[in-house]
Amino acid sequence: MSRPDAIVVGGGIVGAACARELAMAGLGVTLVEAEFVGGGATAAGMGHIVVMDDSPPQFGLTALSRALLDELAPALPAAVERDRCGTLWVAEDEDQLVAARLKAAAYGDAKVEASVVDGAELPRLEPGLRPGLAGGLLVPGDGVVYPPALARWLAEDARRLGAAIREGEPVTALDGRSVMTARGRIDAALVVNAAGAAAPILTHGLPIVPRRGHLVITDRHPGFCRHQVLELGYLKSAHSSTGASVAFNVQPRMTGQVLIGSSRELVGWNRTPNRALLGRMLRRAADFMPALAGLSAIRSWIGFRPATPDNLPLIGPSSRIDGLWIAAGHEGLGITTALGTARLLGDLILGRAPSLDPVPFTPDRSGEPAAAVHA
Amino acid sequence: MSDASVLETDVAIVGAGPAGIAAAVAARAEGARTLLLDSAPRPGGQIWRHRDPAQLPASGRRWIERLSGSGAEWIHSANAIDLPAPGVLIAEREGRAFTIRWRSLVIATGATERLLPFPGWTLPNVFGVGGLQALLKAGASVAARRVIVAGSGPLLLPVASSLAAAGATIRLVAEQAPALRVYRFAGALWSDPVRLAQAARYRAGFRRARYRCGTWIVRVDPVGSALSVTLTDGRRIWTDRTDLVAVGYGLVPDVRLARLAGCSIASGCVAVDRSQRTSVPSVFCAGEPTGIAGADSAVAQGRLAGAAAAGARRTGGAASRARRFAARLDRAFALRPDLRALPDPATIVCRCEDVSLGEIGEGWSARQIKLYTRAGMGPCQGRVCQPALEFLRRTGADAVRLPLFPAPVGLLADHANRDEGDS
Repeated sequence: MSRPDAIVVGGGIVGAACARELAMAGLGVTLVEAEFVGGGATAAGMGHIVVMDDSPPQFGLTALSRALLDELAPALPAAVERDRCGTLWVAEDEDQLVAARLKAAAYGDAKVEASVVDGAELPRLEPGLRPGLAGGLLVPGDGVVYPPALARWLAEDARRLGAAIREGEPVTALDGRSVMTARGRIDAALVVNAAGAAAPILTHGLPIVPRRGHLVITDRHPGFCRHQVLELGYLKSAHSSTGASVAFNVQPRMTGQVLIGSSRELVGWNRTPNRALLGRMLRRAADFMPALAGLSAIRSWIGFRPATPDNLPLIGPSSRIDGLWIAAGHEGLGITTALGTARLLGDLILGRAPSLDPVPFTPDRSGEPAAAVHA
Repeated sequence: MSDASVLETDVAIVGAGPAGIAAAVAARAEGARTLLLDSAPRPGGQIWRHRDPAQLPASGRRWIERLSGSGAEWIHSANAIDLPAPGVLIAEREGRAFTIRWRSLVIATGATERLLPFPGWTLPNVFGVGGLQALLKAGASVAARRVIVAGSGPLLLPVASSLAAAGATIRLVAEQAPALRVYRFAGALWSDPVRLAQAARYRAGFRRARYRCGTWIVRVDPVGSALSVTLTDGRRIWTDRTDLVAVGYGLVPDVRLARLAGCSIASGCVAVDRSQRTSVPSVFCAGEPTGIAGADSAVAQGRLAGAAAAGARRTGGAASRARRFAARLDRAFALRPDLRALPDPATIVCRCEDVSLGEIGEGWSARQIKLYTRAGMGPCQGRVCQPALEFLRRTGADAVRLPLFPAPVGLLADHANRDEGDS
């Protein structure tokens, strides 16, 4: 095998998207994945494609990413299960409805379609929501995908563009010019660490920790909900970044199943389910959608989001190691932001005009930790 | 059972087949408060499933009578869904959760039937061997129906026998294992006269039918309301007409609850000592989960497990005999590699999610198959397709995920609530 120009370490959705972006630009790319493409945090995630505005950089990255997915949509196979179901952010009270109005204005300024929904209209959009809610914000361009299938397609597309995809090959060490794997050493002109929550194991000092989440999926109940439904409440009561927290978040899946989230906690890589937190999460969900309580839950699982102190991913060059690039730390938004991340990383690597201001994503930035948000 | 949502017991037993029933009787004999839980409405498990005790073999009837006189608390129609902490079992019944607090737990979850996909296996009137047996016990009529029984293992004989007794015409019993291995296995049963007598009785039950070793079903096609079954012995291929097909490739230990409890598992079986103790303190296991060895072995293991779980110092060789028997069974009825070639790319592997074999890449792991194709993600959570894929693609078992059986969202929300702070 000839020496690649770039090695991407990590075959999650972010690594797969980066490999594809660099291969599209004509680079010789090798993607190295410890297990199989899309099998880590990517597989554990809900798969929402959502524009988020907790900070201007996050808004820019999510909006760019969603637009890139829209461009890609005609090429995606059915297995990706892309459903432009829209996001319905639910306001419990008047304060939250005010926040929804501000959000709608900000989205409008950025040409992202969004409309405020009043309390009377809410049951028409989502009949399962409990009565008496104040209203919400409808973002019709959002949607959901099945993340492992999207990651796999991105990697397959990279392969079609000439990239080598090496699965089942754990990386033991890397620098800016080479990668050591269980099978030997690979040299390249540059290396991208896209190993998600495992990125700091390979590049010491990256401010990423695993933030664990639980999800539950039900049996098939087609039509139970029509939009991805989330609570706006986090705007008012943002959780501390260290405590365990839950938020209401349900999704209709193409299979007719209902996916229920979400929870956040910092417990390292512990794989023992936290039943108390799982219960809180489900009670929160059933509080908003009472009929959820009667659906049959067939499976729960946990995943580890790569969390950063300021809730923004690390995208760009390492300031300490020449040739090393970072694309990691996407917390709960990696499915949404993979394509935008890959585009920005490609811009920076190839010297193109950046699609976004790269400064907020600089890997070695220092900043005040922000509150955790739910997505 | 009472309406209380928390039940206290000394010994909790999950699974009311021969092992669980014997364990309950033995634990009660030691004076322990004992609770026996099963998903069926009546005790008996698969092998002693019945509507009327008169249907049962003498030993089954005797044990079920002993159980009803034992004073063990019997909780029917309930599924064990979680073991959130040592000493705590969460069960679900009619959509409601209850907590069982135990000092000892006996896992007697039995086995599930292994179904292997071949073209036509999902057609109407093609059943699992155990599935058809269960329908028969539930009162389904097979009178004057032609049946081909196929697959592998000692279960084919009693099922063919009971179908014949119910008036079915057994066209053929096709055992995939070669005759030499099957007869060697049967010969070894001389050391076990009870089993030998049983086999002879079963064989007599359908003596006009052929029992062909080294023979297996290649495919099944519908012909009007009948089925055309293509069979082979590896040399020649022929077809036969039938109304029903019952096919099963042996039993697979159900070790999901044991896995959830953290018990160590070796070669797909729960490891136990001479008191049926697992690697987890206060957790015992008896019957098929320790190795497929049949009802008599399950009873012997259940007696030991129940007594030991109740605190008696009781040891015996039942588990090691069962392991030896299971190993002999595995050798005698080892699945021939030809069976891997039966499904074509369009053959459905996972019925819940409609996944065909062609969608599954070579060399994929169990989890990869699940995530890429959804095989095993449906309501049965892989109970059918995982054992098939373990054989077809030599995959390992994927991790157990909660809940063990589907349960209402509201139930999971509430049971966790009660244990808030525990975890």
